[in-house]
Amino acid sequence: MTEPQHGDRPHSPGPSLLPIGFAAGIACILVGLIINPKVIVPIGAVIAIVCGFLWARDATKEFRGEPVAPIEPERGEARESTDAPAIPADQGEAAMPQPETGERFPRSRFLEGATLGLGGVIGGLVTVPAVGFMIVPAFRGQGYPKVDLGPLENFTEGKWFVTKFFMNPESGEVSHRTAYIRNNGLLNGKPSFTIISNRCAHLGCPAQPNGPVQDNQTKEVDGKKGQHITMIPMIPAGGYGCPCHGGQYDTEGNRVSGPPVRALDRYEFEVVDGHLILGEPYSVSHVKGEGKNALIHKYKLAGPGQHVHGVEQLLYPLQPPH
Amino acid sequence: MATAARNKKSARRRQLEAAINYPIDWLEERSGLVGALKYFLFRKVPGDAGWWHTLGSATLTAFLVQALTGVILAMYYKPDPQSAYQSIQHITNDLTLGWLVRGMHKWGASVFIILMFFHMARVFLFGAYKYPRELNWIIGVTLLAVGMLEGFTGYLLPWDQTAYWATVVGINLNGTAPFLGPFLADFLRGGSEIGGDTLARFYSMHMLLIPGLIFALIGLHLYLVIRLGVSSPPWSDEAAGSDYDDEPAANGRSGLTQPAARSGFRRNGGDEV
Repeated sequence: MTEPQHGDRPHSPGPSLLPIGFAAGIACILVGLIINPKVIVPIGAVIAIVCGFLWARDATKEFRGEPVAPIEPERGEARESTDAPAIPADQGEAAMPQPETGERFPRSRFLEGATLGLGGVIGGLVTVPAVGFMIVPAFRGQGYPKVDLGPLENFTEGKWFVTKFFMNPESGEVSHRTAYIRNNGLLNGKPSFTIISNRCAHLGCPAQPNGPVQDNQTKEVDGKKGQHITMIPMIPAGGYGCPCHGGQYDTEGNRVSGPPVRALDRYEFEVVDGHLILGEPYSVSHVKGEGKNALIHKYKLAGPGQHVHGVEQLLYPLQPPH
Repeated sequence: MATAARNKKSARRRQLEAAINYPIDWLEERSGLVGALKYFLFRKVPGDAGWWHTLGSATLTAFLVQALTGVILAMYYKPDPQSAYQSIQHITNDLTLGWLVRGMHKWGASVFIILMFFHMARVFLFGAYKYPRELNWIIGVTLLAVGMLEGFTGYLLPWDQTAYWATVVGINLNGTAPFLGPFLADFLRGGSEIGGDTLARFYSMHMLLIPGLIFALIGLHLYLVIRLGVSSPPWSDEAAGSDYDDEPAANGRSGLTQPAARSGFRRNGGDEV
């Protein structure tokens, strides 16, 4: 046994709070550099210098010939190193008395708890914001902007238009959306529109009109902030069909056959200064009637494939904010 | 003369061996890594383990190919809606050997998934999931699920029409899960609609989060394989209970081979055989 063992001799110099004070001073300087360099940095510097000086003086006592107070070895650590099995502390000649009640919280237990506890706190401080940053932004600031689809005159009364627009022109092609729009004429003196989203109510593929799309009569309208509207007249005589899994809808967007669980979604609209303004999308279970006389069973917007009515709606009690 | 030459040669050889062994011994003395590697590579397996037993390491190889080619593809890929598609075209058409590495990654993904199923089928049909290897079956199933998630997140990255609509459908499928489905869909999209954040998010999951998870799970999987040993095929003469009557505790456990049982006992402080 040649290597020095822990506990062979007591630490010299003994434990002291000064290094911790020094570290606190340094930490104070670093924090001060960020928060307030003029006030907090000098305070930290004073703490660090004072503690550092005292620490250095303390540590060099021995070399400067000052008397060093002998330090009691910590109990249990300075045991003679032998190969014989250790005698239990409460037996044999040098039996220690059983610790009194209230003294049964040894340092090792405290250190163990402190390590786990502090580790947990530090881990939590790092993890919670990171995980929050991963999850929360997906649920905040969501919503649908109003989109100006151009002057009402573009929408010939009684005709359907495949209307393509950008939900957020600044984010480019990825925000391209399509709605099927028909001007229903006036209802009680106000303009009436049927605006059906092409998002299939099964799993969100683009439902296509079942009928001729008159590409040669395409109208292009440039809007503000890079908005670009493309309007193509169409005759969806057979309603709409989704190419992905074969869902079929009638002209009003009611499900006719296939896997969709409800009718096609629709958009709110308003008319401002003679322009058709697209509002928020909403979900529809089914529509009775046609055109301006249609009775729309309207629900809060739900994702494709989610029931909004019937017993199955109980499976989707909550929707994230849209 | 000949003897002298041989002696001279052997002296040189000894020198050479010493020179080669020195760094290995140096490493072994300080880390034990060489011994660990030897233990891993030269551990005992049942005598009648055959080609079927190589499906696991084939799957591992497929995953390592994915990891390597993925790291290199990440050097050229740009996870941004405006340039993702162009960067893939650039990799495939312009960069030297880009077509090959992308092809390896693309087709290798299917190979990885298919091999996982083959490996799973082998373990199932051989009954190798039975005691004491149930936990490793569970880890394997988790690996399968996580591997599929890796495929799902990777599918969006080419950012073409197939990728986009397949991901729309995939996310909406998740959205139809009861109760938390709608929230899961929004989490995956990074919002209520697919956009630039979705692509970056899928990229991050595809190349950092999920591969990290797979590496960790493979580590656990391998640890248990080494600890428990490889099981014999069901037709094996060495199957438990046939001729090792001196180890009663190991008998009657189908799928638990003798070498595995022995190493298990040794580690548990039992008798050496």
